[in-house]
Amino acid sequence: MSLKIKESEVDIVIAALRSDLTAFLEAWRPFFSPFHIIIVKDPDMEEDLKIPPGFDLQLYTKSDMEGVAGATSINFSGHSCRYFGYLVSCRKYIISIDDDCFPAKDSTGVLINNAVAQHLTNLENPATPFFFNTLYDPYREGTDFVRGYPFSLRNGVDCVLSCGLLLNVADYDSPTQAAKPSERNARYVDAVLTVPIGSMMPVSGINIAFNREALGPALLPGLRLPGEGKRRWETMEDIWSGLCAKAVCDHLGVGVKSGLPYVWRNEAADGGSAIESLKREWEGVKLMEEVVPFFQSVQLQKTLVKAEDCVAEIAAMVREKLGPLNPAYAQAAAAMEEWVNLWKALGSQGV
Amino acid sequence: MASGSVPMTPPLHDELDIVIPTIRNLDFLEMWRPFFQHYHLIIVQDGDPTKTIKVPEGFDYELYNRNDINRILGPKASCISFKDSACRCFGYMVSKKKYIYTIDDDCFVAKNPSGKDINALEQHIKNLLCPSTPFFFNTLYDPYCEGADFVRGYPFSLREGVPTAVSHGLWLNIPDYDAPTQLVKPRERNTRYVDAVLTVPKGTLFPMCGMNLAFDRELIGPAMYFGLMGDGQPIGRYDDMWAGWCVKVICDHLGLGVKTGLPYIWHSKASNPFVNLKKEYKGIFWQEEIIPFFQSVALSKECTTVQKCYIALSEQVREKLGKVDPYFTKLADAMVTWIDAWDELNSSGAAAALPNGTANGK
Repeated sequence: MSLKIKESEVDIVIAALRSDLTAFLEAWRPFFSPFHIIIVKDPDMEEDLKIPPGFDLQLYTKSDMEGVAGATSINFSGHSCRYFGYLVSCRKYIISIDDDCFPAKDSTGVLINNAVAQHLTNLENPATPFFFNTLYDPYREGTDFVRGYPFSLRNGVDCVLSCGLLLNVADYDSPTQAAKPSERNARYVDAVLTVPIGSMMPVSGINIAFNREALGPALLPGLRLPGEGKRRWETMEDIWSGLCAKAVCDHLGVGVKSGLPYVWRNEAADGGSAIESLKREWEGVKLMEEVVPFFQSVQLQKTLVKAEDCVAEIAAMVREKLGPLNPAYAQAAAAMEEWVNLWKALGSQGV
Repeated sequence: MASGSVPMTPPLHDELDIVIPTIRNLDFLEMWRPFFQHYHLIIVQDGDPTKTIKVPEGFDYELYNRNDINRILGPKASCISFKDSACRCFGYMVSKKKYIYTIDDDCFVAKNPSGKDINALEQHIKNLLCPSTPFFFNTLYDPYCEGADFVRGYPFSLREGVPTAVSHGLWLNIPDYDAPTQLVKPRERNTRYVDAVLTVPKGTLFPMCGMNLAFDRELIGPAMYFGLMGDGQPIGRYDDMWAGWCVKVICDHLGLGVKTGLPYIWHSKASNPFVNLKKEYKGIFWQEEIIPFFQSVALSKECTTVQKCYIALSEQVREKLGKVDPYFTKLADAMVTWIDAWDELNSSGAAAALPNGTANGK
């Protein structure tokens, strides 16, 4: 059941929140150069982007976004600008990495993993969400399903979302970051595993890949925090998006993997203070207390077989159940509904 | 993190028993001596009770053979398998300790990637003493591990976790494959050291291997029945699987956690795949019915103890799996017998079980 993804089927989508992408793109050049790249510039950024030559790339700036999406209520600023890239891509698969992340290397400079290749491998091979394999990914070389794994489940299902991890600066929220400012993730866990059906998880948008054809509309700019900023620990948009995506995947019976690949995430160049962010972003952390139980209880109608219809139904449920609790949720529902409209208008044809 | 050091005061040395089933010999204990020496062993001798199993010098142990099992349990001994390592669960029943570690006699000390010996028991103890997180998946695996934490988006109300009932370790070298896989891949060896412990999420079943397993006997002991296998039974090599599925649904119901991952042991012996195929054959077909059964098991609110959960489970086994094969009706009976025997031996007034060949070590 394993397929082989062609380079021409992949878009690499980069949200540019930093104006100088030279170091980033040069570091990734050996891995990105076979692929088409979409760079979406944060519409709030005034400076021009510095992009080294020699890439097959398309750049979208604020005016492009306004031209394409028109008068949409979707707020694409900050990290959410990447969703514009997902929307306009006309390729089947997307890989998206934050612009402060680099190929993971060990202390001697040796590459630990090829993140692009590993994401594609994850999407090429089946996922196994219905029963947990204690040796992790059974399709990896050197391993298999263990004794006791039902044979009828060994074909697996399509993997449509691959969630990678971070070495160095892990993806912590601001309270954790503030409490452990010098903690660094040095643990390389050599595993890919399928996140079981029914199990929700926090998807970090920093290092992901997905099957746009199967899942596209489910990765969306939904929840925007009132004090949302440009640093990852000041956002929950990817966490919300990931919970949506997982609920949709569980409903459609397709798989989500977590684990390899790792990318190396740098310290915030501007020395961002988690404590300062905490003062602004504590609300976001509290919202998870309501958001997670909501997504854990989402049950979609059996007749829904397309991701966009699933998203529309989740949006209605958000409006009804979460809307009354906080204005941020009502806005998220509205954003999701608008996103489905945009996707139907633009996303299925590509631009 | 696992380390090769022998701790100064062995953690839980008076609260943990090591249960080892054997039919051959206990030579493997020599390699484990630095890590096991301070712990009490319960040896369950399978097969011919007239054979003498020599326990290496210096270990504090109690040993039970089939005659002991029959004598101690009387007619209830029918629930303990013969000629199958499933008999190990007798050791769980007679233990008086809070924690159990069980290991097979062909499992040795493994080395971590930096070449240090892995103290598997120490890691299991860490796993059991540290909470589990079954309600939301942490992408950085064990959040309580040094150098890790809960990731962004993890609700704070879930960060205390729940008590850990089971710690399921893994194996380097000979992996725990079923017979068909062994036949197709006779040379495959597990060489990948995955440096993680993770909680198996609530609602998710997994294949629990008994080769390198620890559990909190007070939290989940009565559910660790390893079923009817071996001599006179139509199936083998599903003992630990059966226990694992029962344990997981009960842990999910009672809000307890099950972990898998570190520690690794070195599994040295590949059993004969043709022999295995004969043992597993029926199980391979039956598990297609068994898994959906466990996935849909519902336990009522009244099931507030492990024993009540287990009896309720046995009734559902009888009702729903009994139709698959009469074996399951026998198994349901045996599950009830097991609980009766457990309660009898473990009630506060119960007399101590008298083993054969107790020796006080050094």
